[in-house]
Amino acid sequence: MVDLIVFLTLLAMGYGFGRYAEKRHYQSIMKREDKWRHIPAVSTKIIPAGSKFSDSQIVMGSVVISVDYFKRFIASLRNIVGGRMISYESLIDRARREAILRMKEQASDLGANLVFNVKLETSSIYKGKRNSIGSVEVMAYGTAMIS
Amino acid sequence: MLISNLEIVPGRHIKQHFGLVQGSSVRAKHVGRDIMASLKNIFGGELKGYTELLQESREEAMNRMVEQAEAVGANAVLNVRFSTSSIAAGAAELFAYGTAVILE
Repeated sequence: MVDLIVFLTLLAMGYGFGRYAEKRHYQSIMKREDKWRHIPAVSTKIIPAGSKFSDSQIVMGSVVISVDYFKRFIASLRNIVGGRMISYESLIDRARREAILRMKEQASDLGANLVFNVKLETSSIYKGKRNSIGSVEVMAYGTAMIS
Repeated sequence: MLISNLEIVPGRHIKQHFGLVQGSSVRAKHVGRDIMASLKNIFGGELKGYTELLQESREEAMNRMVEQAEAVGANAVLNVRFSTSSIAAGAAELFAYGTAVILE
Protein backbone atom coordinates (compact mmCIF):
# COMPACT_ATOMS: atom_id res chain seq x y z
CA MET A 1 0.00 0.00 0.00
CA VAL A 2 2.81 2.40 0.95
CA ASP A 3 4.61 1.43 -2.25
CA LEU A 4 1.56 2.32 -4.27
CA ILE A 5 1.25 5.72 -2.60
CA VAL A 6 4.92 6.49 -3.23
CA PHE A 7 4.57 5.39 -6.85
CA LEU A 8 1.47 7.52 -7.45
CA THR A 9 3.10 10.54 -5.76
CA LEU A 10 6.19 10.21 -7.93
CA LEU A 11 4.00 9.85 -11.00
CA ALA A 12 1.99 12.96 -10.14
CA MET A 13 5.12 14.97 -9.32
CA GLY A 14 6.76 13.86 -12.53
CA TYR A 15 3.71 14.81 -14.54
CA GLY A 16 3.30 18.24 -12.96
CA PHE A 17 6.92 19.38 -12.77
CA GLY A 18 7.93 17.64 -15.99
CA ARG A 19 5.22 19.32 -18.05
CA TYR A 20 6.03 22.69 -16.54
CA ALA A 21 9.76 22.28 -17.17
CA GLU A 22 9.22 21.18 -20.76
CA LYS A 23 6.92 24.11 -21.50
CA ARG A 24 9.40 26.57 -20.00
CA HIS A 25 12.25 25.01 -21.92
CA TYR A 26 10.44 25.16 -25.26
CA GLN A 27 9.57 28.81 -24.66
CA SER A 28 13.18 29.63 -23.91
CA ILE A 29 14.42 27.65 -26.95
CA MET A 30 12.08 29.49 -29.33
CA LYS A 31 13.06 32.86 -27.89
CA ARG A 32 16.76 32.17 -28.25
CA GLU A 33 16.34 30.66 -31.72
CA ASP A 34 14.91 33.98 -32.83
CA LYS A 35 17.76 35.81 -31.16
CA TRP A 36 20.48 33.79 -32.91
CA ARG A 37 18.73 33.65 -36.29
CA HIS A 38 21.45 35.88 -37.77
CA ILE A 39 24.13 33.21 -37.19
CA PRO A 40 23.16 30.32 -39.46
CA ALA A 41 24.55 26.88 -38.60
CA VAL A 42 24.98 24.87 -41.79
CA SER A 43 26.00 21.27 -42.25
CA THR A 44 27.88 21.79 -45.51
CA LYS A 45 31.65 21.61 -45.72
CA ILE A 46 32.02 23.63 -48.88
CA ILE A 47 32.77 27.27 -48.40
CA PRO A 48 31.13 29.39 -51.12
CA ALA A 49 33.67 30.82 -53.53
CA GLY A 50 34.34 34.50 -53.10
CA SER A 51 33.50 34.62 -49.41
CA LYS A 52 36.18 36.20 -47.26
CA PHE A 53 36.84 34.93 -43.77
CA SER A 54 39.81 36.04 -41.74
CA ASP A 55 39.69 33.39 -39.06
CA SER A 56 38.06 30.11 -38.14
CA GLN A 57 37.69 28.38 -34.81
CA ILE A 58 35.97 25.27 -33.50
CA VAL A 59 32.86 25.89 -31.36
CA MET A 60 30.73 23.44 -29.44
CA GLY A 61 27.73 23.19 -27.20
CA SER A 62 26.41 20.29 -25.19
CA VAL A 63 23.53 19.50 -22.89
CA VAL A 64 22.35 16.58 -20.77
CA ILE A 65 18.58 16.34 -20.33
CA SER A 66 16.57 13.85 -18.36
CA VAL A 67 12.98 12.68 -18.76
CA ASP A 68 10.61 12.83 -15.83
CA TYR A 69 9.16 9.88 -13.94
CA PHE A 70 5.75 10.09 -15.59
CA LYS A 71 7.11 10.05 -19.11
CA ARG A 72 9.40 7.17 -18.33
CA PHE A 73 6.44 5.22 -17.01
CA ILE A 74 4.40 5.96 -20.15
CA ALA A 75 7.38 4.92 -22.27
CA SER A 76 7.65 1.61 -20.43
CA LEU A 77 3.99 0.97 -21.22
CA ARG A 78 4.70 1.87 -24.83
CA ASN A 79 7.36 -0.80 -24.82
CA ILE A 80 4.64 -3.41 -24.45
CA VAL A 81 2.41 -2.35 -27.32
CA GLY A 82 4.98 -0.71 -29.57
CA GLY A 83 4.64 2.46 -31.62
CA ARG A 84 5.93 6.01 -31.45
CA MET A 85 7.51 7.06 -28.19
CA ILE A 86 6.38 10.65 -28.11
CA SER A 87 7.82 11.27 -24.65
CA TYR A 88 11.36 10.50 -25.82
CA GLU A 89 10.92 12.33 -29.12
CA SER A 90 10.35 15.64 -27.41
CA LEU A 91 13.28 14.98 -25.05
CA ILE A 92 15.75 14.48 -27.88
CA ASP A 93 14.31 17.36 -29.90
CA ARG A 94 14.81 19.70 -26.94
CA ALA A 95 18.35 18.46 -26.35
CA ARG A 96 19.40 18.92 -29.99
CA ARG A 97 17.99 22.40 -30.29
CA GLU A 98 19.54 23.42 -26.97
CA ALA A 99 22.97 22.09 -27.98
CA ILE A 100 22.86 24.01 -31.28
CA LEU A 101 21.86 27.18 -29.43
CA ARG A 102 24.77 26.85 -27.01
CA MET A 103 27.12 26.34 -29.92
CA LYS A 104 25.77 29.50 -31.55
CA GLU A 105 26.22 31.43 -28.30
CA GLN A 106 29.89 30.45 -28.29
CA ALA A 107 30.16 31.46 -31.95
CA SER A 108 28.65 34.86 -31.29
CA ASP A 109 31.12 35.43 -28.43
CA LEU A 110 33.88 34.99 -31.00
CA GLY A 111 32.18 37.47 -33.32
CA ALA A 112 31.43 34.83 -35.94
CA ASN A 113 28.64 35.15 -38.47
CA LEU A 114 28.43 31.59 -39.75
CA VAL A 115 29.02 28.08 -38.42
CA PHE A 116 30.14 25.48 -40.95
CA ASN A 117 30.17 21.69 -40.93
CA VAL A 118 27.88 21.24 -37.93
CA LYS A 119 27.85 17.74 -36.51
CA LEU A 120 25.51 16.41 -33.86
CA GLU A 121 26.35 13.57 -31.57
CA THR A 122 23.86 11.85 -29.28
CA SER A 123 24.64 9.43 -26.51
CA SER A 124 22.66 8.06 -23.61
CA ILE A 125 24.85 8.48 -20.58
CA TYR A 126 22.75 7.27 -17.70
CA LYS A 127 21.01 3.96 -17.55
CA GLY A 128 18.47 3.88 -14.78
CA LYS A 129 16.62 0.92 -13.31
CA ARG A 130 15.91 -1.93 -15.68
CA ASN A 131 18.18 -0.28 -18.22
CA SER A 132 15.60 2.29 -19.22
CA ILE A 133 17.03 5.44 -20.76
CA GLY A 134 17.29 8.08 -18.07
CA SER A 135 18.92 10.91 -19.92
CA VAL A 136 20.60 11.79 -23.17
CA GLU A 137 23.58 13.93 -23.97
CA VAL A 138 23.63 15.85 -27.21
CA MET A 139 26.70 17.66 -28.42
CA ALA A 140 26.85 19.99 -31.40
CA TYR A 141 30.10 21.19 -32.89
CA GLY A 142 31.21 23.07 -35.95
CA THR A 143 33.66 25.59 -37.29
CA ALA A 144 32.80 29.24 -36.68
CA MET A 145 33.82 31.58 -39.47
CA ILE A 146 34.91 35.04 -38.47
CA SER A 147 35.00 37.63 -41.21
CA MET B 1 46.89 26.75 -32.46
CA LEU B 2 44.05 26.77 -34.93
CA ILE B 3 41.45 24.05 -34.39
CA SER B 4 38.78 23.46 -36.99
CA ASN B 5 36.52 20.67 -38.15
CA LEU B 6 36.80 21.68 -41.80
CA GLU B 7 39.37 20.08 -44.06
CA ILE B 8 40.69 23.39 -45.32
CA VAL B 9 41.31 26.82 -43.90
CA PRO B 10 40.07 29.57 -46.20
CA GLY B 11 42.87 31.70 -47.60
CA ARG B 12 45.69 29.51 -46.28
CA HIS B 13 47.62 26.61 -47.70
CA ILE B 14 48.67 23.43 -45.95
CA LYS B 15 52.45 23.12 -46.06
CA GLN B 16 52.93 19.84 -44.28
CA HIS B 17 50.83 16.97 -42.92
CA PHE B 18 51.68 15.14 -39.72
CA GLY B 19 48.82 12.65 -39.65
CA LEU B 20 46.47 11.87 -36.82
CA VAL B 21 46.70 13.36 -33.34
CA GLN B 22 44.36 12.35 -30.57
CA GLY B 23 43.45 12.98 -26.97
CA SER B 24 41.09 11.26 -24.62
CA SER B 25 39.83 11.56 -21.09
CA VAL B 26 37.90 9.08 -18.96
CA ARG B 27 35.75 10.56 -16.22
CA ALA B 28 33.46 9.20 -13.59
CA LYS B 29 30.66 11.09 -11.94
CA HIS B 30 30.71 11.52 -8.19
CA VAL B 31 28.07 10.60 -5.67
CA GLY B 32 26.77 14.12 -5.04
CA ARG B 33 26.06 14.60 -8.71
CA ASP B 34 24.47 11.20 -8.86
CA ILE B 35 22.00 12.09 -6.11
CA MET B 36 21.04 15.29 -7.90
CA ALA B 37 20.70 13.33 -11.12
CA SER B 38 18.35 10.79 -9.59
CA LEU B 39 16.19 13.65 -8.31
CA LYS B 40 16.13 15.15 -11.79
CA ASN B 41 15.11 11.75 -13.10
CA ILE B 42 11.82 12.26 -11.27
CA PHE B 43 11.18 15.89 -12.20
CA GLY B 44 12.85 15.97 -15.61
CA GLY B 45 15.05 18.78 -16.90
CA GLU B 46 18.68 19.53 -17.49
CA LEU B 47 21.36 17.75 -15.46
CA LYS B 48 23.71 20.72 -15.11
CA GLY B 49 26.31 18.76 -13.15
CA TYR B 50 26.62 16.21 -15.93
CA THR B 51 26.72 18.85 -18.64
CA GLU B 52 29.62 20.56 -16.89
CA LEU B 53 31.41 17.30 -16.23
CA LEU B 54 31.26 16.25 -19.87
CA GLN B 55 32.26 19.70 -21.05
CA GLU B 56 35.31 19.75 -18.78
CA SER B 57 36.46 16.33 -19.85
CA ARG B 58 35.93 17.18 -23.51
CA GLU B 59 38.10 20.25 -23.07
CA GLU B 60 40.74 18.09 -21.44
CA ALA B 61 40.62 15.62 -24.34
CA MET B 62 41.02 18.53 -26.74
CA ASN B 63 43.93 19.95 -24.73
CA ARG B 64 45.70 16.62 -24.88
CA MET B 65 45.19 16.49 -28.62
CA VAL B 66 46.63 20.00 -28.92
CA GLU B 67 49.63 19.03 -26.78
CA GLN B 68 50.31 16.15 -29.12
CA ALA B 69 50.05 18.44 -32.12
CA GLU B 70 52.44 20.93 -30.53
CA ALA B 71 54.90 18.13 -29.81
CA VAL B 72 55.17 17.28 -33.50
CA GLY B 73 55.52 20.95 -34.40
CA ALA B 74 52.13 21.59 -36.01
CA ASN B 75 50.38 24.93 -35.86
CA ALA B 76 46.86 23.73 -36.63
CA VAL B 77 44.59 20.72 -36.17
CA LEU B 78 42.06 20.23 -38.93
CA ASN B 79 39.07 17.94 -39.44
CA VAL B 80 38.55 17.44 -35.70
CA ARG B 81 35.98 14.86 -34.60
CA PHE B 82 34.58 14.03 -31.18
CA SER B 83 33.26 10.75 -29.96
CA THR B 84 31.81 9.50 -26.70
CA SER B 85 31.69 5.97 -25.40
CA SER B 86 30.64 4.58 -22.06
CA ILE B 87 33.20 2.03 -21.00
CA ALA B 88 31.85 1.10 -17.57
CA ALA B 89 28.80 1.90 -15.46
CA GLY B 90 29.13 5.50 -14.36
CA ALA B 91 32.18 6.35 -16.46
CA ALA B 92 32.45 7.84 -19.91
CA GLU B 93 35.30 8.28 -22.33
CA LEU B 94 35.51 11.47 -24.34
CA PHE B 95 37.72 11.29 -27.35
CA ALA B 96 38.93 13.95 -29.77
CA TYR B 97 41.01 13.41 -32.88
CA GLY B 98 42.14 15.35 -35.89
CA THR B 99 44.88 15.91 -38.44
CA ALA B 100 47.90 17.93 -37.40
CA VAL B 101 49.23 20.23 -40.13
CA ILE B 102 51.48 23.21 -40.68
CA LEU B 103 49.71 26.13 -42.32
CA GLU B 104 51.57 28.69 -44.33
